Amino acid sequence: MSNFIRGLMRLRRGPWEMVATILIAAGVVMLMQPLALVLFTYSFLVTLVGTVLFIIVSHFPE
Amino acid sequence: MHDDLAQRVAAATPPALARRLRGVSDRTIAWLFVTPTILLLLAVNIFPLNWTIRLSLTNFRTNRPNNPVEFVGIENYRKILTNPDTWASLQATAHFLIWTIVLQVLIGFALAYLINKKFRGNDLWTTLIVLPMMLSPAVVGNFWTFLYQPQIGLFNYFVAFLTGADPASFSMIGEVSLAPWAIIIVDTWMWTPFVMLICLAGLRSIPPSIYEAAECDRASKWRQFWTITLPMALPFLMLAVLFRGIENFKMFDLVVQLTGGGPGATTQLTSIDLKREAFEKWRTGFASAYAVILFVTVFGLASIYVKALNKVKDR
Repeated sequence: MSNFIRGLMRLRRGPWEMVATILIAAGVVMLMQPLALVLFTYSFLVTLVGTVLFIIVSHFPE
Repeated sequence: MHDDLAQRVAAATPPALARRLRGVSDRTIAWLFVTPTILLLLAVNIFPLNWTIRLSLTNFRTNRPNNPVEFVGIENYRKILTNPDTWASLQATAHFLIWTIVLQVLIGFALAYLINKKFRGNDLWTTLIVLPMMLSPAVVGNFWTFLYQPQIGLFNYFVAFLTGADPASFSMIGEVSLAPWAIIIVDTWMWTPFVMLICLAGLRSIPPSIYEAAECDRASKWRQFWTITLPMALPFLMLAVLFRGIENFKMFDLVVQLTGGGPGATTQLTSIDLKREAFEKWRTGFASAYAVILFVTVFGLASIYVKALNKVKDR
């Protein structure tokens, strides 16, 4: 866990890609869940942030 | 050998072209070769995407080209993301997506595991299993519509044979509770062979020496499956899930042929909903925003897929 946080602080690709992946996955789940309309409403925003973040952090050093 | 080839290419170059190319750097020549592809990509991919994003911020309607086009900001996005009907179609897509993936992975992996064993007629069985994947979705949709007919459909007779129910007592594509399962069954029938092939590639990439070592350690078949087969085939399974996930998120042709989105809107997947908004209701701006939302979602999933692919490559 501490390695993960250290990686985030040092702007390393691995942990940041993990964060972006979690955001994308969360966005997709929010988009398709049958529980709350409010989650559906914010799903696109979460997916968009995750996808843009993924594109940016894929240029970070390993 | 390379010098010989270079000399032959140089000799084959027409003198006029050779004169013109003399003095041009390798980098420039490389750009000359790449430029047509870049222009094609710009025309076919980037321009339509840019145009769609621009349209998604307007109230443009294709059937009223003379109406003034107004900039509406993110209003189309707000309407889509607060619309219960759109939410329902995404839930229908999720139901379809989850069940097709679960069934295809389970059956596909089981088939791959069986086909991986050496037995007589192995190649013939592989070819037979792979056949549905080679058919056109339009053809599959049409003949499954016949199979699902309550009066004459073989599927109903098969279910009746197993359960004792009257074949005409239920309609797979006409009943609200059964129609979502009808499209899941057909997609599973058609695309399980694809998952099987990916799993088979994964199973065949496991070196036999690992199993031999496990045999020496007296590991049971069950133990070998859970500690060798499954972990080593897992990246391939993951790939299959992502492939099918992205494909089924965009599923259109098969479902249109089978149910047309009905009964009601129970099988109206997002792609069908999008087509209706764009080409039946002619709300082009709204449909463009819808398409952008689906594009970002699929693009996000594709990013994860590329990452997973790189991990598999590194192994």
